[in-house]
Amino acid sequence: MQNINQTLGQYSELFMLLAALAYTAGFLAFTWDLVKSSRRIREIEAALAESAGDRELVLAGAVAGKGGKAAGDGAAPAGATADDAMNYQGERRTIARIAVVLTVLAAAIHAVAVVTRGVAAGRVPWGNMYEFCTTGGLVVAVVFLLVLTRKDLRFLGTFVIGLVVVMLCAATIGFPTPVANLVPALQSYWLIIHVSVAVAASALFTLTFAMSVLQLMQANRVARLAAGGDDRLPFMRLVPSALSLENLSYRINAIAFVLWTFTLMAGAIWAEKAWGRYWGWDTKEVWTFVIWVVYAGYLHARATRGWTGTRAAWLSIVGYLCIVFNFTIVNIYFSGLHSYAGV
Amino acid sequence: MATKDRSGDIALPALGFLGTLRWVWTQLTSMRTALFLLLLLAVAAVPGSLFPQRPANPAVVTQYIRDNPETGPVLDWFQLFDVYSSVWFSAIYLLLFISLIGCVVPRAIAHGRAWRSRPPRTPRRLTRMPVHGAFTVPAGPDGQPGGQEGGRPASAGAAVVDAASVLKKRGYRVDVRDENGNQPSVGAERGFLKELGNLVFHVSLIGVLISVAVGGLFGYRGQKILVEGETFVNTLVGYDSFTPGTNFSEDNLDPYSITLEKFEVQFDRQLTHYGQPIDFTATMTTRSAPGEEPERQILKVNEPLTIGDTSVYLVGNGYAPVVTVRDGEGNIAHQGPVVSIPQDGLFTSLMVLKVPDAQPDQLGFVGFFLPTAAIDENGVSFSRDPDPFLPQLNLNSYYGDLGLDDGEPQNVYVLDTDTLTELNSRNSEAGGIVLDAGETVELPDGKGSITFDGLRRYAALDITHDPAELGALLFSSLALAGLSASLFIGRRRIWVRAGTTDDGRISVEYGLLARGEDHRLAGEGAAVEKLLRDRWLADSAEDNENETAHAGAPATGSGKDN
Repeated sequence: MQNINQTLGQYSELFMLLAALAYTAGFLAFTWDLVKSSRRIREIEAALAESAGDRELVLAGAVAGKGGKAAGDGAAPAGATADDAMNYQGERRTIARIAVVLTVLAAAIHAVAVVTRGVAAGRVPWGNMYEFCTTGGLVVAVVFLLVLTRKDLRFLGTFVIGLVVVMLCAATIGFPTPVANLVPALQSYWLIIHVSVAVAASALFTLTFAMSVLQLMQANRVARLAAGGDDRLPFMRLVPSALSLENLSYRINAIAFVLWTFTLMAGAIWAEKAWGRYWGWDTKEVWTFVIWVVYAGYLHARATRGWTGTRAAWLSIVGYLCIVFNFTIVNIYFSGLHSYAGV
Repeated sequence: MATKDRSGDIALPALGFLGTLRWVWTQLTSMRTALFLLLLLAVAAVPGSLFPQRPANPAVVTQYIRDNPETGPVLDWFQLFDVYSSVWFSAIYLLLFISLIGCVVPRAIAHGRAWRSRPPRTPRRLTRMPVHGAFTVPAGPDGQPGGQEGGRPASAGAAVVDAASVLKKRGYRVDVRDENGNQPSVGAERGFLKELGNLVFHVSLIGVLISVAVGGLFGYRGQKILVEGETFVNTLVGYDSFTPGTNFSEDNLDPYSITLEKFEVQFDRQLTHYGQPIDFTATMTTRSAPGEEPERQILKVNEPLTIGDTSVYLVGNGYAPVVTVRDGEGNIAHQGPVVSIPQDGLFTSLMVLKVPDAQPDQLGFVGFFLPTAAIDENGVSFSRDPDPFLPQLNLNSYYGDLGLDDGEPQNVYVLDTDTLTELNSRNSEAGGIVLDAGETVELPDGKGSITFDGLRRYAALDITHDPAELGALLFSSLALAGLSASLFIGRRRIWVRAGTTDDGRISVEYGLLARGEDHRLAGEGAAVEKLLRDRWLADSAEDNENETAHAGAPATGSGKDN
């Protein structure tokens, strides 16, 4: 059995702390950007209101930079800055750029922390809850940054990086675990396959969770504005229309669902190898199944009249809450065969 | 849909029996019902994680009911300890599968028909399609054959034939209409694998369900605790516990044997995780049948052995102290290893020994085995390490009638002391029995003696046979492939129509329609337009520029042009 490099493990923990700090800075910058941009939009709006003219049309053109095909149907009265395809617009948002740079920096430090942890233990760094949380957080951040290279999802930054900060805090405060060898039950190459895919799927579900929450807020806000109410959430102008959020989160959820199906299957194959049966309704298996069924329901809802939009978003949110429940409550309080929490 | 007012004063027409059946069937197979059942299934699965379940842990269920005499039986009546075989859970998934079949069969028939039929007719107004576009190209020189690569089309018909060949290369099945008429067009469709994948996914789920059922019918599962040096023979009496499938017969058991030669355990000796196990290795000698050549094999966690049509798994381990008990008459009443049950990570192990052969009184012992004994500040013994550095037995002893003679089965790991008289305990005059390895203690009142001869380890084995395992794997893999196809393949139709303008140019318009969700539809429209333009206008940059001015920009995204 390989010896554990404790010194390296301690360095890893230090880097994890630094990464958390950098993420926090990025999170603050993203929040500042939301506040500042929404204030600017309000100023432009006020100026435009004075100079009269077709309010909506000018607003959409002015704020969306290049103008032209910005903010289509549903979002027009809301004056969204992000266009529905979530492509980058011409306008510079310096603070948002700083936020992205900080996030890249944080992710780099975070990657060092995760890799050193793996090297210190001489194995993949996802053998207990601390490692699952920290590695999962890294995957969330990296997936978010990768999507950012193609789509302008900076409006999600506050929520996604906020969740990453929460994950890192949960790991370091809630489940601190020194580097160690794996217990025999986890010594299998299926750990690499099963858990890494589960982490990837969870990371994608994290993104869609944030998007579904925003979708509900946006739909609610637009309905309110349409009814002549006040704009209580002006920062939501930065967020695309509910419909485009729904469409993009559906695409991501579809990928995540396939990954989750694979997680379930790989888990079953591993269970067959380790416990002599591929399915035994162990608590963790039950909840993995429940999550799978909820997201299957989500996919069906998207094809059922009357269930798209808000209801589908709720299913996506419920699915994510089940994932969180499965990871925290089930791991810690439920007895079962998957008791490797290390807490 | 019905638009009539359906208030109560209008009598609904009687449906009749068949009509009612049809109505029920339509309801059951509707998407809404399927969705409802799906969500219900998710909710119904949850209680199985909240309450102990009989198939996994019968003893815990019994204990739970004993501890909760009020609620326990009620929960039991609702089958909350057998959730996954309960009437209500079965009802939900069976309804779901019936709904699934009712949904899949008509769709499969429709898809089979679509597969054989030609792409749908060209709509009159292609501008109504969610993605569409139009442009014109100058006609090619007279006499130039239309289908030639890279040239301008000679006529509208030739343009359509060109478009058909471009689309065919992109994986569309194409159908050219009215080639020599006024308004020639091509209809094209692709992505049949999307619906096929969807059907395969749903049918595979039925396959998985059937595999599970077959496994439950013809499989079996047994447990055996094997102490070092002992041999297990695969017969019904050889098992400690055995759960046969519904259609199991004893002839199904292959007559192999397994001997546990050696069982090695390695514990982590680094400070942060001191004493955590890092390796279990069982060295076995196996014989596939009596008289066959013995074979040495290694069994580890995650690395089961395959013997005959069964798999053997290492699921637990512990210590079996070797004990000799002499009775009041001086005869050996028991000699051999006694399996002890670990209670914690340091292998503080519960041990029960019943000696029914002891004379004149039967003897019983209950207490703890400690691999590395130590005494805490309160004078209580505990184990300090999982490895046997200072093995010790701490026992109470009893004499009397063990209650084994009336034939009622007893748990070997529980000693019922109600009918027995205490000999040794911490509270008794004689004190508890404390035995280090090799020591002997005389029991009070000349009832006999007990000797701690030595120590062996044991391995707890699960032995299973599931003939449908491969089927489950196959069907779930098919389901995954089908799911991916159904989610990631785009099912699209595209139509291209050509005509001749007044100034002799050829006008081309196209429209695209997706079936189901397809975010790449606009990109596909743009790609097809570019291919056509490249084909027809590549030879002349000047023309290309001219044409761009004529062409209508392809519309992107749905809804924008309505």
